[in-house]
Amino acid sequence: MADNVKPRVKVPSKASAGEVVTIKTLISHPMESGQRKDKDGNIIPRSIINRFTCDFNGQNVIDVTLEPAISTNPYFEFEARVDQSGEFKFTWYDDDGSVYEETKSIEIA
Amino acid sequence: MKIRTLAGSVALVALTGMATWADPAEDKLVINGEIEMITHTEKAPDYIEGLSEQYSGWHFRDADTRDMERDDFDNPGMLAVDAAKEVWNTADGTEGKSCASCHGEPESLRGVRAVMPKFNEAKGEMYTLEMYINDCRTERMGAEAWGWNDADMVNMTALISYVSRGIPMNVAIDGPAAPYWEKGKEMYYTRYGQLELSCANCHEDNYGNYIRADHLSQGQINGFPTYRLKNARLNSIHSRFKGCIRDTRAETFKEGSPEFIALEVYVASRGNGLSVEGPSVRN
Repeated sequence: MADNVKPRVKVPSKASAGEVVTIKTLISHPMESGQRKDKDGNIIPRSIINRFTCDFNGQNVIDVTLEPAISTNPYFEFEARVDQSGEFKFTWYDDDGSVYEETKSIEIA
Repeated sequence: MKIRTLAGSVALVALTGMATWADPAEDKLVINGEIEMITHTEKAPDYIEGLSEQYSGWHFRDADTRDMERDDFDNPGMLAVDAAKEVWNTADGTEGKSCASCHGEPESLRGVRAVMPKFNEAKGEMYTLEMYINDCRTERMGAEAWGWNDADMVNMTALISYVSRGIPMNVAIDGPAAPYWEKGKEMYYTRYGQLELSCANCHEDNYGNYIRADHLSQGQINGFPTYRLKNARLNSIHSRFKGCIRDTRAETFKEGSPEFIALEVYVASRGNGLSVEGPSVRN
């Protein structure tokens, strides 16, 4: 597991029914591309987050494939329409098999 | 294509009312919708002869980059602040102490960054924030000193800046600081390297202009440590000095050298009155 991987998510806690809310996510991760070499000329193995998904009450909102050219600490900002109260579930998949998860609930006010 | 670009730029100038492309952007920085930052003053301190007004480097960056600093969630420098908060509470060294053992919460150091560098009476020399941190580590904690550009060190300076955000820089230049300030000033106006450039040539005579693709700022350091998009990490003041001097094609001084400490005193004083902004976001 890469060091110091920490997901962060910003979702409004309340919304009106049918409102489109902005969601921001960031995960600290080195996103080593696999193209670089160390001091001795050996290739530093690729180690990236390769997939990011967001689900709302079990329904997929976004599903992203990440490629090695994406820089360190990948940040995603996207919008979702909220029709009912529920829970956003965010999942990041690491090359090394680790899966990082975060959830945020939102209420219809 | 060229005509379209031109039309676009004319439209943008008309919209924002900017006099030219090169001027610092007219904009106001409020972080998280609550911390109002002083990023522009109408009048620089009298002892800064070459500047009529002061601008934080924030004004010279693109709108997208400026926006990243408005919200801590969007500011990648905050990752370093979070990391430093953990280190703050972690005991290290033979004394079994952490930063928190003596200082409590990081907020207890509010205001410290604004007066750095500061003459250390007990040691009889000019001290930067990095030197104070290392004194704590070696003398109070019995821990090993951090390197000037170690991630832990830069992160800790970010945390200590973070708790002072919004406070105007107020570095003392008189009394025991005066000789350092004079030396730093002399350096600021000395041409270095094969390109024979002084700090002033770019950051005083030509701020707002472009040097090739780079929009020259006033070289203010109130926003340090700075998260640079180009290297995707936090950068210390001295590593930025080093980069500038290298760009003049000169042999540079080292981080923590007496030359850079003196230069830091002088350059920091040029920003007296601007808010502490670190960790800021730049390109």
